[in-house]
Amino acid sequence: MTDSTLIRSLHVLLHILTALLLPPLIPGLINKVKALVAGRQGPPVLQLYYDLAKLTRKQAVFSRSTTWVFLAGPAAVVAAGLVAALLVPFGHAPAPIHFQGDMILFAYLFGLARFATVLSALDTGSSFEGMGAAREVTFSVLTEPALFLGFAALAKASGSLSLSGMLASPGFAISRATGPLILVLAGWMIVFLTENSRIPVDDPTTHLELTMIHEVMVLDHSGRPLALVLYGASLKLLVLGALIVGPLLPRTSHPGLDWAGFYGAMALLAVAVGLVESCTARLRMNRVPQFLVAGLLATAFAFFLLQA
Amino acid sequence: MILLALCALLAAASGVPGLWLRAGGGRTACWMLGLAALAGLAAAGLVLGGAPLASQALPHTPLGTPGFLRLDALGAWFLPPVLVLSCCGSVYALGYWGDPREGSRRLRLLFGLTTAAMVVLVAAAQALTFLLAWEVMAVTAFFMVTAEDRDPATRRAGWVYLIATHSGTLCLFAGFGLLAAGSGFLWLPQAPGFAASQRGTAVFLLLLLGFGLKAGIFPLHFWLPVAHAAAPSHVSSFMSGILIKMGILGLLRWLCLVPDPPVWWGALLVALGASSGLLGVAFALAQHDLKRLLAYHSIENIGIILLGLGLGTLGKSTGHPALQLLGYAGALLHVLNHSLFKGLLFLGAGSVLHATGSRDLERMGGLAKAMPFTAGAFLAGSWAICGLPPLNGFVSEWLIYLAAFHGLAFTRSAWSVLSLAALAMIGALAAACFAKVFGVAFLGQPRSPEAAAAVEPPRSMRAPMGFLAGACAAIGVAPALLVPALTRAVASTGLAGTITPRGPGTPGGPGELGNLAHLGILTWIALPLLAGAGLLWAWSRRGVPPRAGLPTWDCGYAAPVPRIQYTASSFADGLVSAMRLVLWPQVRWRRLLGLFPSPRAYSSQVPDPVLDRVAGPGLDLAARALSVLRFFQSGQLPLYLLYILLTLVALLVWMVA
Repeated sequence: MTDSTLIRSLHVLLHILTALLLPPLIPGLINKVKALVAGRQGPPVLQLYYDLAKLTRKQAVFSRSTTWVFLAGPAAVVAAGLVAALLVPFGHAPAPIHFQGDMILFAYLFGLARFATVLSALDTGSSFEGMGAAREVTFSVLTEPALFLGFAALAKASGSLSLSGMLASPGFAISRATGPLILVLAGWMIVFLTENSRIPVDDPTTHLELTMIHEVMVLDHSGRPLALVLYGASLKLLVLGALIVGPLLPRTSHPGLDWAGFYGAMALLAVAVGLVESCTARLRMNRVPQFLVAGLLATAFAFFLLQA
Repeated sequence: MILLALCALLAAASGVPGLWLRAGGGRTACWMLGLAALAGLAAAGLVLGGAPLASQALPHTPLGTPGFLRLDALGAWFLPPVLVLSCCGSVYALGYWGDPREGSRRLRLLFGLTTAAMVVLVAAAQALTFLLAWEVMAVTAFFMVTAEDRDPATRRAGWVYLIATHSGTLCLFAGFGLLAAGSGFLWLPQAPGFAASQRGTAVFLLLLLGFGLKAGIFPLHFWLPVAHAAAPSHVSSFMSGILIKMGILGLLRWLCLVPDPPVWWGALLVALGASSGLLGVAFALAQHDLKRLLAYHSIENIGIILLGLGLGTLGKSTGHPALQLLGYAGALLHVLNHSLFKGLLFLGAGSVLHATGSRDLERMGGLAKAMPFTAGAFLAGSWAICGLPPLNGFVSEWLIYLAAFHGLAFTRSAWSVLSLAALAMIGALAAACFAKVFGVAFLGQPRSPEAAAAVEPPRSMRAPMGFLAGACAAIGVAPALLVPALTRAVASTGLAGTITPRGPGTPGGPGELGNLAHLGILTWIALPLLAGAGLLWAWSRRGVPPRAGLPTWDCGYAAPVPRIQYTASSFADGLVSAMRLVLWPQVRWRRLLGLFPSPRAYSSQVPDPVLDRVAGPGLDLAARALSVLRFFQSGQLPLYLLYILLTLVALLVWMVA
């Protein structure tokens, strides 16, 4: 009994450490892959850690039109991201917190982060940031139902109402749930790219404010608030990534192997995102909703397949 | 029961002393309503705490039938929001509609009367009492809506409301009449099989129509936006917060009487809920008028409540008590939550109107600097209405989501999936809408001189907002405290069996909400979330002293003016134009021509689809078509006597033949 408690607490400790320390590595990996594909050497993989360390020591500039809401945005994003990280299982071990209906809380934590970011952007009174905020809320109207229909399909297939149960359910690979699972993951991949503002929805490296979504909302943040914004964005990559790689991981006999598999899968996901960004262009803004509807349809079809 | 009678009497009389007092009538009304609230809350607390029901019935039989008032758990659940909003509204009115203002005495009297009517309504034990209280409530509310009756728009709003509410009452008369033909005016549980019969169907549809008109279910919602925009803000807060919920109470009362509702009832409720929710929030997004926008959000939230109600009814008819418990609990909790945050939002809108003299979002901006308290309270309300954790809106939506996820496990899961997708989309649209409202009204820079000169309202207006915001936060952080009361209220709707435990480790019990939804855990998530966000906020403020007082970085443009800010219309434009087939916006603009075009005006607005597009033109057309009949109404007395004579002769002939 004490032995399993010890293993469980080790799992929880590793989970928390992963959630706190791993995220900045993922954007580094993506950028490295993009650089290598483009034939450049690129920044070091650990670049974001250096940036964060530097930003915490830099002076911030606050516009005179801002209020306390301006700083509350980044703080809420990181706080919500960390709580969401405790709800999602990394690999096959159950998440530190799991209960019936935790996937609803998980989705709404991202809603909270989005709402806070949008308000923080509107607080500056800048027309560009207003534009980005309007796009962000517009696209979320299509990603939220896709996320929930995916949850519905997985709940139906696994009979569980908790993220830890539905993502780590054994037997996805060999049952009739395989087809729906592929559809759900395809739909969620679109959600993942949109929520993390990657190509083809948004270009994180663009220099044209008129075409940006997420990056334009944080134009006015600097110093420590910017550090929180960057960290929060990388945390989102980790947490939503864990949602996608979870059901794909094979079940091994040893918990150490499970964790290694999870880290490997996350690295592969980062490489995949880097490859997608290297070989596709950003969609035109009015094409983005069509792309998102594809994600919605994929998850809806997954549910219908299970129903049949 | 004495407590309830005392509560109703005190509330009804609260405006009376003010009729004679030269000053201080408002304070007297507040104190009396406060005492009424204490009495009523004590009664509700006793009933929800599990006091036996038998002692709560009136011994007299004034209307010839026993028990004309009886406070059961369901009624007791609706009582606190009535009293809390009434108290908050009357305190708010001290500053908002104070004594020098015309009609303040009349408004106070009506406010107390409406409260008393609702207290009687929630405790009505039979149809006659219910209908009497219903009519008193409807008529006093009409006079409150038309408080500013010098304004033609207000008069029109009042007439629209009066027509809507009386059409609804007509349906209720018909429905209860049909019911009374079988079982009298007493509300007795119907025999199994009645619901599926033709008469049962007719009663259901009539009551749905009648209660739907009051609640504002989508095609029947048309009176809400005009009435809420025209009424004084504390009246809007009261009406939107709890008066429209009386329609939900009525529906629940009827659903309690039916042991075996057909499956299509629940399905119809879910479909109405989904359409009401989605269309309500879509039309809200397109509004610029703050109070009109909030009124459309009431339609959306009634939709969410109906989704819970529909899922619960599906559970009742298919014999899944877990689904019924979660659905009804979510709907009831959302009734309470919506009354708190919508009351708060309307009071906040009133403060903004008080400070800037405008309801137009495009003329606001930067109010968070001038009115930090109002901004904070309005943000709390916006946060809660979007259903974001850790405030109360999330808790009730979470219960309804859980009901939908439970429903997935059954064969007829199409309605559950529809609810899930609708709820997710409603959530995202509501967040978009309130990001727009809060961002445009309170953040950025003032867009008009009035907004720049705004000041915080007096303390009597701030206190109710602070109280309601605190209540929203309290329910959001510690929802588990409400579980026993909620379980009792749901249990009084007649559960369809006991609940089997789901999965190992969860103890099963009859009707235990706590076993299905671990509300306690939300506390342990809300507190670290708030603490973490607070710590990070403080951390990001500290560090190297920041440079403040610089203009916003507008991509190299160093002299940004308020006019170049994103407006409410442009913020919503992406979504509004994507939904233009549904919303049908009216856009007026002319193309810019030439190298140096002259200034051009642009305006867009979204009229109400039912009132402005169907009912208005339709009724005009009908009036014109029927003007032929004016021929018979010439205004000459001899002619009318002739009509009477002819009718009599015709009747005679008919009787003889």
